[in-house]
Amino acid sequence: MANAKLWGLKKSPWVFHVAAASCNNCDIEILDILTPRWDVERFGIVLVGSPRHADALLVTGVLNRKSLPRVLRVYEQTPKPCLVICVGTCTCDTHMFAPSYNVVGPYDKYLPVDVYIPGCPPKPEAMIIGVVKALARL
Amino acid sequence: MSVVRVLFSYIVFPGLIFTAVVGLFLTWIDRKVTARIHWRVGPPWYQPYADFLKLLLKETIIPEGSSKVLFLLGPIMGLVAMSILAVMLFSMNINPHNTFVGDLIVIIYLLAIPPLGLMLGGSASKNPLASVGVSREMTQYFAYELPFLIVIAGIILKSGGSVKFGEIILAQRASGPFLYSISGVIAAVVILLSAQAKLGFVPFDSPEAEQEIMAGPYIEYSGVPLAMYKVVRAMMLFLLPLFLISVLWGGFANWWAILKFLLIIVLMILIKNTNPRLRIDQSLRFFWLGIGGLSIIGLVLAVYGL
Ligand code: SF4
Repeated sequence: MANAKLWGLKKSPWVFHVAAASCNNCDIEILDILTPRWDVERFGIVLVGSPRHADALLVTGVLNRKSLPRVLRVYEQTPKPCLVICVGTCTCDTHMFAPSYNVVGPYDKYLPVDVYIPGCPPKPEAMIIGVVKALARL
Repeated sequence: MSVVRVLFSYIVFPGLIFTAVVGLFLTWIDRKVTARIHWRVGPPWYQPYADFLKLLLKETIIPEGSSKVLFLLGPIMGLVAMSILAVMLFSMNINPHNTFVGDLIVIIYLLAIPPLGLMLGGSASKNPLASVGVSREMTQYFAYELPFLIVIAGIILKSGGSVKFGEIILAQRASGPFLYSISGVIAAVVILLSAQAKLGFVPFDSPEAEQEIMAGPYIEYSGVPLAMYKVVRAMMLFLLPLFLISVLWGGFANWWAILKFLLIIVLMILIKNTNPRLRIDQSLRFFWLGIGGLSIIGLVLAVYGL
């Protein structure tokens, strides 16, 4: 039973894209990996429109006082088990926005983060390898 | 003994399990062909099964303040209706004498139940985007059902005024498929486009537009009910072309029918992939004025036996 669960989760991770105040570069790179050139549907990865359908949350952008409650709410709305994948340096360690009055810190202070994909923005290849590593570790 | 047989036919073959497995395979064909059209590689063959398994084993969330019973009833209604429909279509294709008066009407109603369940479940989920999706679904339902019914009336006329599904198949076995006439071609076009709308394929997917209303009525579904909806969708993808073949193209008389079946599926996928999404008012106008007019012409032609 546990094996079947793992297999299903590994073979079809549906991702929901949480754009929490990013500069949009990371978002565009995420859309890149769905294009024919990278084609992540090969691995069963599909971008879904609702957090209820998601198995993984791709979070982008630096966490600030406005976006924190929203991100937490989206995380609560996602059925478990779900992965949290941090895309971009912003999400991993707040990047150059660290001194800002509005920034509340990296995501792992608030959410159980599974993968960190640094880069500003990370390359699509980096994101794919990040997801693959996360799935291999499950 | 006979109870076991009836249960077997509803649950295993050709009912729920068989139709679901074949239907999920057809959704793989859909995704693979779509991917090839996009010049991509596409998912492996077991992808729909993996999706289904994963959804079954995930947490099911019922949104707070929603009507629990209706919310869960939506997918179950679709599932039950599709299983019954599968048994009816198969048994009548295998033995057309196994028919009763008015079973065509029953089949039409069974085809109407999955959208109804979707509307009920979606509106019970207490989500504004879902209610937008439901209202579009309802509008679109009225849009495509009218030409669909007119065309079915034409088919009844052609088969000599019988509302028995089996007799329609028998009439075609006796005097050739209805498709090989002008009104038959018109009927095929209309049924194909209505099937497209019933399945929520592009260009008629405004009720569940991913980009604007985030999957519409499905938005609050997760886990098992979502898996059921996927299966209902897959079963419809299997049964609607089967219905089309049965009423117009001579039924499953021989193995050629499988080729016909695949041809219809690929045609639907090609329509899906080469058209942009219509706005809801556009699709209403398309179905009532364009396709509706066409279906009335088909009906008149059917009266004169063309
Ligand atoms: S990591 Fe860089 S590209 Fe990504 S959101 Fe932050 S600033 Fe933008």
